[in-house]
Amino acid sequence: MKDKPFAITLDVGSSLANKTGSWRVERPVYVDRLSPCNHACPAGEDIQGWLYRAEEGDYEGAWSVLVETNPFPAVMGRACFRPCEAACNRSGVDEAVGINAIERFLGDQAIDQGWEVPVPGPATGHRVLVVGSGPAGLSAAYHLCRLGHEVEIHEAAPMPGGMLRYGIPAYRLPRRVVDAEIERITAMGVTLVTGSPITDASSVMAGDGFDAAFVAVGAQRGRDAEIPAGDAARVVDAVLLLHGLEEGRRPGLGRRVVVYGGGDTAMDVARTAERLGATDTVVVYRRTRDRMPAHDEEVDDALAEGVRMRWLSTVARAEGGRLVLEHMDLDDEGLPRPTGELEELEADSLVLALGQDADLSLLDDLSGVRTSGGTVEVDPDQMTGCSGVFAGGDVTGGERTITGAVGEGRRAAASIDAFMDGRAPTRPLDRPLAAADRLNLWYFEDAPRMLRPRLEAARRRTNFDEVVGGLGADEALFEARRCMSCGNCFECDNCFGVCPDNAVIKLGPGKRYRFDLDYCKGCGICVQECPCGAIDLIPEPR
Amino acid sequence: MTAEPRSRVRFYQVGSFAVGNRLVGSDQRNAQSDPGRANSLTSGHRACEGCGEALGARYVLDAAMRATGGRLVAVNATGCLEVFSTPYPETSWRVAWMHSLFGNAPAVASGVAAALRVKGRSDVRVVGQAGDGGAVDIGLGCLSGLFERNDDVLFVCYDNQAYMNTGVQRSGATPPGARTATTEAVGPAPGNGFGQGKDMALIAMAHEIPYVATATVGDLFDLETKVERAMSMQGARYLHVLVPCPLGWAAAPRDTIRLARLAQQTGIFPVIEAEGGGVTGVSKIRHRVPVEEYLRLQGRYAHLFDAGGAVAAPEVVAGLQAIADRNIERYGLLGDEPDKEES
Repeated sequence: MKDKPFAITLDVGSSLANKTGSWRVERPVYVDRLSPCNHACPAGEDIQGWLYRAEEGDYEGAWSVLVETNPFPAVMGRACFRPCEAACNRSGVDEAVGINAIERFLGDQAIDQGWEVPVPGPATGHRVLVVGSGPAGLSAAYHLCRLGHEVEIHEAAPMPGGMLRYGIPAYRLPRRVVDAEIERITAMGVTLVTGSPITDASSVMAGDGFDAAFVAVGAQRGRDAEIPAGDAARVVDAVLLLHGLEEGRRPGLGRRVVVYGGGDTAMDVARTAERLGATDTVVVYRRTRDRMPAHDEEVDDALAEGVRMRWLSTVARAEGGRLVLEHMDLDDEGLPRPTGELEELEADSLVLALGQDADLSLLDDLSGVRTSGGTVEVDPDQMTGCSGVFAGGDVTGGERTITGAVGEGRRAAASIDAFMDGRAPTRPLDRPLAAADRLNLWYFEDAPRMLRPRLEAARRRTNFDEVVGGLGADEALFEARRCMSCGNCFECDNCFGVCPDNAVIKLGPGKRYRFDLDYCKGCGICVQECPCGAIDLIPEPR
Repeated sequence: MTAEPRSRVRFYQVGSFAVGNRLVGSDQRNAQSDPGRANSLTSGHRACEGCGEALGARYVLDAAMRATGGRLVAVNATGCLEVFSTPYPETSWRVAWMHSLFGNAPAVASGVAAALRVKGRSDVRVVGQAGDGGAVDIGLGCLSGLFERNDDVLFVCYDNQAYMNTGVQRSGATPPGARTATTEAVGPAPGNGFGQGKDMALIAMAHEIPYVATATVGDLFDLETKVERAMSMQGARYLHVLVPCPLGWAAAPRDTIRLARLAQQTGIFPVIEAEGGGVTGVSKIRHRVPVEEYLRLQGRYAHLFDAGGAVAAPEVVAGLQAIADRNIERYGLLGDEPDKEES
């Protein structure tokens, strides 16, 4: 007793002996939720994953994560319509993260620095025929190649790229970017045969010993409107116009050009007409702006470049030098109705941009393939009714965007891989969404987004120079760091810091945290204060 | 030892208010993000779920331990903090710690400081700590003496606005309108009355001591910066930390930090610092909110609202809002962030 301090009869002990975890009725658990950007991405990118790397300035690492799913970062960073940004929770704080601008920065860096995609896996001996070298076909070929399969792409046109080259004007998507990203795929060992239209898929498959085929021929045939046209009227198809321009044929459109249609192609062709010297370009659309299928940004750019819009109008007749328009109004269901009111409009040419259909004749001899409304029907694994024949991209309808096509190509590649192995394709697990109301937005300071430079409208009219510029490294880093990491831990130490019971154990960089359930009382402060909503409070298991 | 107040870590360079930041060096993160932090108050203590005082004490002492290189003596008044941390023979303290009576902790801290001076141990620093009962009420005489003699002690009051340990009785720091065991929500003026209580930070400032500051557990960066600043100075220093109490405030344990944040954002609890009796800095309000938002989360104000959630006692709510407005006016709490840097 003598060696004990005054008035102490028991040894001094630590409160660590007192396991306060026994008080708990609820416990915190770390969760990984699906971020809204990843959820919205038609290509299935792990956007949050590559932003996480980019935040550290590890651009090559970020790019590597990106090309795990999408081989076209530089193309996407220009031509994607950015559903990720529309879904971004940051818009509730200030503005959405400029994901697309960062993607372009990474894609351009990769081209400039010559970053390489991972080498393909060991050869499997399987051969796959891909018909069409648009975004869907190339994406499928890329993923099949990485899985070790031998891929042969047949392209009808003299140059690869499909709509990347023949559909999207160069001022939106410079051809050097398209070429660079396609070259990266052929450099992996994918065989690309251009100028080789496949007219009969079944005989090619049997003759050349392919184990499976992916049909991604796109939708190349412009729809006709059956407009009564006089002999002198100049009526041009938008798809053919854009395609011909790419092969060096400048269409004589004249000074007064009318574009009929309200989709992205209509905007593309109207903006192209301006660049070809038209002084008065008018888009005629039968409904109103809010019902236009074209993306807002495209419409805004067209308007900025001087294109005029005629809403609620149809083209009734085309004659030499003039058009007759009919006014429409909308019925209760928003469908356009003719009013009988006619009006004349001077026009040197009329460009039809009324939508596109696929040419499906190559599938005629394949048994079981079903088509409807000009598109091929596929199951959720992208397989047609004919075993071993898959399809994707515009040929199957869907949303008809480049990003969607890339995603379908990737999904098809996974399905084809499983098919050739005799497995059922694996589907990604459904994770619950990281909704904005789960975040603690207090922790994020306002930080307005970095804007990409844009070519002044007046300087766009005489050339096909790229309209939208890229971000510099500093701006891209700034922008990447605006990501709030919705639903997934980004190691901010908040849970570790705010626990009154020191019941959060920090495991070190990249390893996140662990709850010490011996002491966690289940107060839930960490749940409430987690900036990104990556902790759930669940009833204590009995 | 740095006397410069650390700026808020530029997390994601444009700012986050989270505890850590994987993108900056460890020297720029705060003490609480360090896996090797002192954990001055370790696990196994018997504080209620979500205790703001346990959190506040660890924040303050860990920062003080970092600032002094671990050469620190803590003197603790009787109160929740002492009771839940040291049930005989266990202790949660990982710092030299001494318990005194309810009312004399400031005097004991003065004595420890004097003894260290006599022994020539200028390297060892003293922190006194008490709840609002120990500091604002019972120990006020001793505390005033400490200030007046300018003894070399940082005295910290963890203010949870009532005597929580003994069953939530009203203290001199209990705000108007709040229900406690001794100010029940009955009669024409339910809860604690207006015009009572005392503002301890202003009382300390009136002594013109070297440093006085208020802080909350809702802003760790601010709190740690103030502890570091205090530890860089000699003489009597006072830190008043608002620590929400889930039990006494009848609030959800998970809302402890949220309530501290709301107290600052409403202006009801002004976060300031003062040197030599004059205010030298205030924490500006980022997103101003009406006091109602703060009150609604707390059962001790439940009588101000009816079952449907409508305001049942508008004059009390207005009175509390007037206090917040006066604070905002008095200290200039609105406007640009004080540490707005070019990013």
